[in-house]
Amino acid sequence: MEKFNTHTGLVVPLDVANVDTDQIIPKQFLQKTERVGFGVHLFHDSRYLDHDGTQENPDFVINKPEYKGASILLAGENFGCGSSREHAPWALQEYGFKVILASSFADIFYGNCINVGLLPIKLSEAEIEQLFKLSPDAQLTLTVDLPNNTVTCGELSFKFSLNEFQQYSLENGVDSVGWTLDKLDTIKAFEAKMPAWQ
Amino acid sequence: MTITSPQTMYEKLWQTHLVEEAKGETPLLYVDRHLIHEVTSPQAFANLRFHNRPVRHPERTIATMDHNISTRSIKIDAAGEGAANQLRALAINCKDFGIELFDMGHKNQGIAHVIGPELGLTLPGTIIVCGDSHTATHGAFGALAFGIGTSEVEHVFATQTLRQNKAKTMKIEVKGHVGAGISAKDIILAIIGKTGSAGATGYVVEYCGEAIEALSMEERMTVCNMSIEFGAKAGLIAPDQTTFDYVEGKEYAPKGDVFEQAVIDWTNLKSDTDATFDAVLTLEAKDIKAQVTWGTNPGQVISVDGIVPSPEDFSDPVEKESCINALKYMDLTAGTKMTDIQVNKVFIGSCTNSRIEDLRAAAGVVQKYEGQQVVDTIDAIIVPGSYRVKEQAESEGLDKIFTDAGFEWRLPGCSMCLGMNDDVLEEGDRCASTSNRNFEGRQGRGSRTHLVSPEMAAAAAITGHFVDLNA
Repeated sequence: MEKFNTHTGLVVPLDVANVDTDQIIPKQFLQKTERVGFGVHLFHDSRYLDHDGTQENPDFVINKPEYKGASILLAGENFGCGSSREHAPWALQEYGFKVILASSFADIFYGNCINVGLLPIKLSEAEIEQLFKLSPDAQLTLTVDLPNNTVTCGELSFKFSLNEFQQYSLENGVDSVGWTLDKLDTIKAFEAKMPAWQ
Repeated sequence: MTITSPQTMYEKLWQTHLVEEAKGETPLLYVDRHLIHEVTSPQAFANLRFHNRPVRHPERTIATMDHNISTRSIKIDAAGEGAANQLRALAINCKDFGIELFDMGHKNQGIAHVIGPELGLTLPGTIIVCGDSHTATHGAFGALAFGIGTSEVEHVFATQTLRQNKAKTMKIEVKGHVGAGISAKDIILAIIGKTGSAGATGYVVEYCGEAIEALSMEERMTVCNMSIEFGAKAGLIAPDQTTFDYVEGKEYAPKGDVFEQAVIDWTNLKSDTDATFDAVLTLEAKDIKAQVTWGTNPGQVISVDGIVPSPEDFSDPVEKESCINALKYMDLTAGTKMTDIQVNKVFIGSCTNSRIEDLRAAAGVVQKYEGQQVVDTIDAIIVPGSYRVKEQAESEGLDKIFTDAGFEWRLPGCSMCLGMNDDVLEEGDRCASTSNRNFEGRQGRGSRTHLVSPEMAAAAAITGHFVDLNA
């Protein structure tokens, strides 16, 4: 996993609540055995007018010219609900997103983002609302500073928090499997005490 | 004497699986059972190969083919080349890493969350994970079971552990007894209707109360299965005699003295009487009626004797907006009687409702209509959850009841619940579905899903619309 330090990028506002992982990456695109090739299908049903994905839907916010190249997604509440498919953060990441801002995320999706190095940031409803109000008129650019846990935009500055280990893992690009494998003796000691039926 | 503070079942499961809680690290939990399938595992295997790491406990890992497979043929390429690639990759990975696989046509093959319980792979007091959000199904046994992403699948493969933050706890008590004809699906849909589709985000839910205790194991699985549909990390039901009777004698379950000891341990799992929960929700079972979803998330649900709601019924601006969008997508008008909504597709299946009791319930409704046929404009398919369910149903003649009435009797798999195979709805189709998600496009782009019980789905197939079976 790549290290995450600070990121400055253009914000695209997707002001819809309960965007589920079926919308983020529909099932017909999950039939791959690799981790690549998902970005082009991100938000497929909203983003394209046709089944084959050849005609962009000009009304879908991500397709608007002013938001091309956006790397920060400003999302509605309960973002990423539904299926556990990690293909959803893979698709967001491959499209070019580095950060997702929302007032709430679904649990599995949130964990999946951390595990792939896509930074999910929870802000308060009022703060998210404030950003949504700013974004349609201006090309909103934000700076996310992970070590200092801040999101800033001109005069505005918001604090966010992450679980201590998740913060450390993102900042240092920790190989989480390798980290745990270093504790194999502890795991084996635990196994030695398990009841026979377990 | 050590005095311990009262604990919830979740806290007990957590405590007995805590491998390490190192300073500055997310707690490390032991995973007893890992179920895998073709869609969310290939990239995890690829990373193991890249790092030259083995699967630490292949014997704690079981693989099945379920998400992608055809329900018309056991041929591996019957649902297209993409699906076939994933199925072949799973077979190769299982062979190379020493994992037992129930492949196409195997007598134990079926949906992961159907075969785990029926084979005795699912045990109380364990932690069970799978790269699938409906893993909470196994919570019906008092197992802490939850869905994980592919990076976590890889972590479990390599270490047999997972890092997890402790969730908050919610108790959902369903008091008294449900009325005649009210199914487990109606109970869980009514709960989700009350909490909203994100009402339990950050929580592990424990279902209790007389109405829950009265349920069979299969009904309890239906309830726990949909825990994710209101955001819960997992759903739990305390194991009791119903649980032990179900598990005893199952192929992979412990036997003899080991089973006896297990029952003693499992009996102690239930939440202590004075344990405190972070949130409590109480429902009266007698108030629960047959449920049908009208919108595009499972929280947008109403009793079958009700009407399609209006945006004006919601004071919360987000819910109001969601209602407007849902009515548009679903092509429904506020005020329409639920029983006036006509469907053209019916799907009975999925990890929510494809077990033998579900099929018996659906067949029972078909029989009540005495010889009436599925409406000729409706395609109705029945997809059993596993080969064992299929075989049992056929031995009881249920398949004959269905096919005589004009339903299609298919081979087991996830099928139209998510439409990864060729069981997909067309744009504009309206489906009575016993599955778990009515998201936009879930069963096919532009298709409309109404979540219902197997009984309601069967009645809709015969009458063409939703029916208040208790009226």
